[in-house]
Amino acid sequence: MKKISLEVNGKKIVKDIPDHTVLSVLLRDVLNLTGTHIGCDTSQCGACVVHVDGKSIKSCSTLAVDVDGSKVTTIEGLAKNGKMHPMQEAFKKMHGLQCGFCTPGMVMSAIDLLQNNKKPSDTEIRDWLEGNICRCTGYQNIVAAVKEAASKM
Amino acid sequence: MASLVGSRVERKEDKRFLTGKGRYTADINIANQTYAAFVRSPHARAKIKKIDTSKALKASGVVDILTGEHIAKDKIGGLIAGWAIRSEDGSEMKCPANPPLAKDNVNFVGDPIAVVFAETLDEAKAAATLVNVEYKVLKAVTSLSDTMKSEAIHEGIDKNLCYDWLLGDRQKVKEAFDKADKIIKLDITNNRLIPNAMEPRACVIDYNTASEEITCYTTSQNPHLSRLIMSAFGGVTPENKLRVVAPDVGGGFGSKINLYNEEIVCSWASKKIERPIKWVAERTESFLTDTHGRDHITHAELAVTNDGKFLGFKNETIANLGAYARVFGTVTPTYLFGPCATGVYIMPAAYSNVKAVYTNTAPVDAYRGAGRPEATYTIERIVDKAAIELGIDPIEIRMKNFPTEFPFKQTLVHQVDSGDYVAGLNKAKEMADYDGFADRKKESESKGKLRGIGVTTYFEACGIAPSPVVMMLGCGVGLWESAEVRFNPTGQVTVYTGSHSHGQSHQTTFAQIAADELGVPIENIDIVHGDTDKGTFGMGTYGSRSLAVGGVAIVNACKKIVAKGKKIAAKMLEASVDDVEFKEGEFVVAKSNKKKTIGEVAFASYLPGVRDEVKSPLPEGEEPGLIESSFFDPANFSFPAGSHICEVEIDPDTGEVKLDKYTAVDDFGTIVNPLIVEGQVHGGLAQGIGQALYENAQYDESGQLITASYMDYTMPRADNLPNFDIGYTCTKATTNPLGVKGCGEAGTIAATPTVMNAVINALGGQEISLPATAEKVWKACKEMKKSNSEAA
Repeated sequence: MKKISLEVNGKKIVKDIPDHTVLSVLLRDVLNLTGTHIGCDTSQCGACVVHVDGKSIKSCSTLAVDVDGSKVTTIEGLAKNGKMHPMQEAFKKMHGLQCGFCTPGMVMSAIDLLQNNKKPSDTEIRDWLEGNICRCTGYQNIVAAVKEAASKM
Repeated sequence: MASLVGSRVERKEDKRFLTGKGRYTADINIANQTYAAFVRSPHARAKIKKIDTSKALKASGVVDILTGEHIAKDKIGGLIAGWAIRSEDGSEMKCPANPPLAKDNVNFVGDPIAVVFAETLDEAKAAATLVNVEYKVLKAVTSLSDTMKSEAIHEGIDKNLCYDWLLGDRQKVKEAFDKADKIIKLDITNNRLIPNAMEPRACVIDYNTASEEITCYTTSQNPHLSRLIMSAFGGVTPENKLRVVAPDVGGGFGSKINLYNEEIVCSWASKKIERPIKWVAERTESFLTDTHGRDHITHAELAVTNDGKFLGFKNETIANLGAYARVFGTVTPTYLFGPCATGVYIMPAAYSNVKAVYTNTAPVDAYRGAGRPEATYTIERIVDKAAIELGIDPIEIRMKNFPTEFPFKQTLVHQVDSGDYVAGLNKAKEMADYDGFADRKKESESKGKLRGIGVTTYFEACGIAPSPVVMMLGCGVGLWESAEVRFNPTGQVTVYTGSHSHGQSHQTTFAQIAADELGVPIENIDIVHGDTDKGTFGMGTYGSRSLAVGGVAIVNACKKIVAKGKKIAAKMLEASVDDVEFKEGEFVVAKSNKKKTIGEVAFASYLPGVRDEVKSPLPEGEEPGLIESSFFDPANFSFPAGSHICEVEIDPDTGEVKLDKYTAVDDFGTIVNPLIVEGQVHGGLAQGIGQALYENAQYDESGQLITASYMDYTMPRADNLPNFDIGYTCTKATTNPLGVKGCGEAGTIAATPTVMNAVINALGGQEISLPATAEKVWKACKEMKKSNSEAA
């Protein structure tokens, strides 16, 4: 067991957790932030992407103890005062989601792209999102949503 | 108020998904829950000699361990095939028992044998490794082509043959072939796929010791049917003591139609151990045990005249059922496949003969399109081969054989009510700039690349119903759909549907329909689905049936609401019912300014007494309230159709296939929400393209699934796909009042042959098997180069 302290979605968290706890399990099972999803066991699908100190990472393959002291943002932490983040709004407007399961990871990943590249091309968006699998949309409307968000951010 | 049907309404369900508030089964936790871990067979075929749980039972945190012995002792039934298919000789199909936990034999890697319940997930998994199973390993049957010559894997099922089915007339086909100028022959493999919904399967079970009710939260496309099967065949508990809830479900694509072992076992066990149970599949468990799709080998022949007229068609197929026959396992390669194998064409004679066999692999069942992608792949590949051999343009040969009058009696089963295949293909040809291909090909060649163009025209039979027909064909249940519309006293409307949305957007499209029918703002309408305690019975979502069957039930229930409302309004307005018109949410007396809104009428319907000046608004004989239900069972399937064209560019040095342009023109009848339909088409195309270029489920000789993770099974990713050009033609369905046909499966059905026809076109007509991976294409390019240089 190890004591860790984190800031998750702006709230200070102190927890004793088993050393092998991965960040996705801490978020889902300990903090009840079930918006972060687990879609595979091999760090391939990207449904678990969150931000640690502003950068997107796959929380299923990150030990919680390794992010001790960090600031973590999950999909639940994006909306401010009941207003969705422009990326969330863009996904809604462009129908960038269907079943919604990959969506949290996709949105978190896409926001990090725009932090690095304010006006990405279609190819740059598709390359960046290569680590997030969506089985429903065929990606076209996700790409459109990221471009829409880029025009608003 | 403008009509909402036809509008790009943004989705009502999106906010919860986008803010992390979706509620999927794995998000549910119940106080005092135990965690389940299944012990699964590591062998494809073996006899179970002994199961020793003694060591595992003593492990930390273990609550209980149950095996097939306990299942047998409690007389818990197994999983079933939902359709009874007869062989050509009239004999009944042969299905093995499929107990929820294997007791004597295991038949595929992943077949569950025992289950451990423990206080934590880690403890459950650790203890599962301590369950000691002794096996006598037997030779696995995995090669589809050799299956019928192999040892029977199930006792009493000779040649591993479930049925040898025929649809059509062999004699007529022979006569047609005798008249042909040329016979085109094609041998193809329709590769095995894994549906891979992004949400792994899961169930959370809550047994209420006071009421003795079991609540099963599960990842299902079909909660009502799961409850029925679990009660009627599983014998878990009576139907009225079982509630099945499918909350937000993260995709299905057919793999979540079935009830699975884990749901039966955990529901039964929760009552036994009197604790809630949570089970969530790991991705590899999903790969091993979700139902798979496709997996056919087919020999097809097309009889043609020299000028490209089709005279007859033969389809000889061996279909893999996997280890057991499940709900749609037996119908997918027969009635969902055989009739559509003649495609959209006038085909004077045809037959489809399908031998469905058992192998030591995961059960094969419906996967998006279910039978129709296999059928379309067969016909559209052989039609292209005919075009090549006869030297006719692929569009021209298709146009020559289209029906132009509707209703069109399709050769094998279907009476296609409406369509315009000529218009669809012409539109696709124009949108794709088909005539400009030669220039683009030259340009590619100047860069050292190969370029190919591929065409497909398809139709499909979906809107899966009508009950009298499907039951005649062997279905064990009726495939109607139900709806209940409740007008609450304060003006909001709750619509209950028996279909289920796991990405299809019912909360939006169904609300659009109800809003138009009732004249109520869409914000005031809630769609409720996925809970057997809420609303009437339903048949779930698959076969592009939700709108064409379930949506129409909603329309019909709304019409009953309006009819009753009219009587109440007439009484309130002191007018004759015949003089009251309903328009945009108001009941208006003709030639007067007297009117009541539907909200006022609804409110009044709940207040049938006499108070002050208000007399009861209810006409004599009317009951209070404004709640109506409807069961809709259409007279026929619906028949979406379309034409797709794509272009690929191949790098002969690497074999990489770049999908450069993709044009889809579909006829879905009325489109309720274009935004959502586009999404359905895009997603369907991605899966069809996945089959053509990337995806392949592969077992080795011993029956190990060697593509059991996302590192080995290639899912289409964002950088593999282009933007698609989508267009429509519209002929309305005549068998439902909305004129809708269904759009969920079309892309998957059409895309695979379209892409493969383009790849083969680029390779100069050289045959290549699914999927056209870089390795295979590279080899084909080398072959092409060799034969070109030999020719030179």
